Amino acid sequence: MPFLLLASYAFYFIADPRYLIFIAITTVSTFFAAKAISDKKVSFDVWFKEHKKEYEKEERKALKAKEHAAEKKIFLCCLLFNLGFLAVTKYTNFTIANINNIIGAFGNQGQISFVDLIIPMGISFYTFQSMGYLIDVYNGKFEAQKNLIKFALFVSFFPQLVQGPISRYADLSQTLYEEHRFDWHTVSFGLERILWGFFKKLVIADRILVPVKAIIANTDSYNGFYAFVGAMFYALELYADFTGGIDITIGVAETMGIKVTENFNRPYFSKNIKEYWNRWHITMGTWFTDYIFYPISASQFMMKLSKKSRARLGNNLGKRVPVYLSSFIVWFTTGIWHGASWNFIVWGLGNFVVIMISQELEPFYRWFHSKVNVAGTLGWKVFQIIRTVLIMSSLRMFDCYRDVPLTFKMFGSIFTQSSLSQLSAEVFIGMGITAYDYLVVFIGMLVLVSVSLIQRSGSVREKIATKAAPVRFIIWYGLFMATVIFGAYGIGYSASQFIYNQF
Amino acid sequence: MKKIISTFLILCIAFSGLFLATKLLEPKYMSGILEGAMIGEYYDDPTDHNVVFIGDCELYENISPVYLWENYGINSYIRGSAQQLIWQSYYLAEETIKREHPDIIVFNVLSMKYNEPQNEAYNRMSIDGMRWSSSKVNNIKASMTEEERFVDYVFPLLRYHSRWSDLNSDDFKYLFHRDKVSFNGYYMRVDVKPAEDVPEGKPLADYQFGDNAYTYLNKLTKLCKDNDVQLILVKAPTLYPYWYPQWDEQIADFASSNNLSYINFLEYQDEMGIDWQTDTYDGGLHLNLAGAEKMSNFFGKLLVEEYMVPDRRGEQKLENYWAGVIERYNSEIERQNRNLELYGSVHEPDEK
Repeated sequence: MPFLLLASYAFYFIADPRYLIFIAITTVSTFFAAKAISDKKVSFDVWFKEHKKEYEKEERKALKAKEHAAEKKIFLCCLLFNLGFLAVTKYTNFTIANINNIIGAFGNQGQISFVDLIIPMGISFYTFQSMGYLIDVYNGKFEAQKNLIKFALFVSFFPQLVQGPISRYADLSQTLYEEHRFDWHTVSFGLERILWGFFKKLVIADRILVPVKAIIANTDSYNGFYAFVGAMFYALELYADFTGGIDITIGVAETMGIKVTENFNRPYFSKNIKEYWNRWHITMGTWFTDYIFYPISASQFMMKLSKKSRARLGNNLGKRVPVYLSSFIVWFTTGIWHGASWNFIVWGLGNFVVIMISQELEPFYRWFHSKVNVAGTLGWKVFQIIRTVLIMSSLRMFDCYRDVPLTFKMFGSIFTQSSLSQLSAEVFIGMGITAYDYLVVFIGMLVLVSVSLIQRSGSVREKIATKAAPVRFIIWYGLFMATVIFGAYGIGYSASQFIYNQF
Repeated sequence: MKKIISTFLILCIAFSGLFLATKLLEPKYMSGILEGAMIGEYYDDPTDHNVVFIGDCELYENISPVYLWENYGINSYIRGSAQQLIWQSYYLAEETIKREHPDIIVFNVLSMKYNEPQNEAYNRMSIDGMRWSSSKVNNIKASMTEEERFVDYVFPLLRYHSRWSDLNSDDFKYLFHRDKVSFNGYYMRVDVKPAEDVPEGKPLADYQFGDNAYTYLNKLTKLCKDNDVQLILVKAPTLYPYWYPQWDEQIADFASSNNLSYINFLEYQDEMGIDWQTDTYDGGLHLNLAGAEKMSNFFGKLLVEEYMVPDRRGEQKLENYWAGVIERYNSEIERQNRNLELYGSVHEPDEK
């Protein structure tokens, strides 16, 4: 275990030695705060058990409230300190830019200078992971970890440090701290998962990245139909890149006998946006649900708001107000978590709007299905899947163009400037990759889809493991050679980091 | 036992696949850019050389070892490659001295103008053909540009994997063998493109050769002295790239202070009889066959008369070896002349 911690810190040190200071501050502050809360809880519980008969019911309540308030102080101090730390490093310049815009709008010349802050790699991931742990300890889900080295390893476990998933302490600690003996089955499964991740990243994501970049960089040339093409290419690139990266993370952990939470469940087969978010970046979605949505929904403010809105707007409409407000906050924070810029905020709120609209349309869907008997048919399922992919790809255009007005313009151009005359093989080749490259991407995509379809009935690796040795060899060696030969890496290709590293 | 055999078989198949893929995807340099194949050809020459030329195109396009053999009985080889940098020359010299013991190493000094690694493609052409040794390892380390990684030299598949879409019939034809592209390191061209309007050198901000270049020139000097090999510094007579007087002065000073010979052939153009209307194939950058033979005639005489290089004609082993090279040499002259007549170029139409 100390070796794993050393490896994790060395990994971080190599990226930038200064990063270590940031992760150490988060680790130490969270460890001691959680320990203080947990120790207080335990000692209070012991004391309370012994002395509760000495107090009346109201006195006992008051004692508990006093104890809770003391814990809350520590909890809030640590939470605000770490989230403040995250906010300062990631959002200071975004805030300054917005203040400058406001100042400029009023005609003032004075501008606040931007500050040169380093943004530690993966700070959003490890801060959220640490805060999730703190909240769970505060809520009494488990006792705090008493060993600083063990806790430091939980925060910094290197395979998941840079792009997640955002693990929960209750899950990761089950395998992180136990003694691991060499097990060929685990190691080989881990290596297979790593290989699959590299296939997705190198063969598909980094190859299709070239036309994606070309389309985004040349909006005058690539508008209309090609803006749509760009959105679809980006959908493929992001999926292959992010899931590939997570496959590598999970695979590396698996080779060491450590189980990291799955982060994807074939999201592009989702039939609606809500389902999509239950299957895409699962650990982030559940984090926001458990640690933001539920606490806000159940807060005293929301309870009061719920009462008031029901009284004024009626039961049906009134009950929606607190839910929608909580959802709005969740999607706003999800957006800004992805990046300190308005495009991410609008992207997050776009998700909120789509989910709310689809919820409001529920009665219409019910009416439609009572009239038209298509629910459950393959055609309807395919329609739902395509619809979800198209909506999510449209929203992701905010991520592509990184500019809100430009995104709206390019999205609009799909409907106003698309024409068949735009279609040309030469234009596709002009995007920087050859026809052979497109063929590789297409075949890679077919492999992805096939694997996803097979996955519906269980682990593909388990299925392959039951095959005869020559078949297993052909599959894994074929995948290895395909990755080595067709991977877009090395000289001639610009090395691209994993997209989610930036968060 | 069964498990051991199957594991062994799997490993054999896996490594064979990787080996085959590497062989298929690595560039062959059998047409078009031939320079990449030249370094590797040296190992096929079983003879011991009295003179080894080490350097860039100013050697491998300007001197004909066949001419030196036929007219002076000098057994020589040119370990040349395109834009060969001085540290590459040094490590090639080091490797050469480990393999054989030439009397003389001739080094062309134009590469002194480069103080840092330059270009990955040229590095590859200079290094890939070398056999693995400490010289190759150090050569790679000294030559790598920022974009390069050592591991890509160890496993060429990592570098050349992207050639899968450029494979042609040559890649299959030369999977396990190569044809000879040079004549003991000489790259032949018989065509003529007169030197006209050769530009003068532009003034430079700094004429001083770099520290790194000097370090390797010192190392090369020491290497030769330590191994009792005579080092001759030369500057080929070609007109471009421009050879500044300030550069010439530095090399002359270096040679003088290290007791080395330095021959600037630019000063002997008339004595050699170089005619820039007929003796260059690319307007003065490199000599063609006629020019190279004139220079070889002049230099061969110097080597014999002033450096006492022996005439080894009559040694049966060498005669046999050179008979083969001369036959190829003459056929190539015929081939290029025929192509010139038929197509107006030394290349055949389908040659890239």
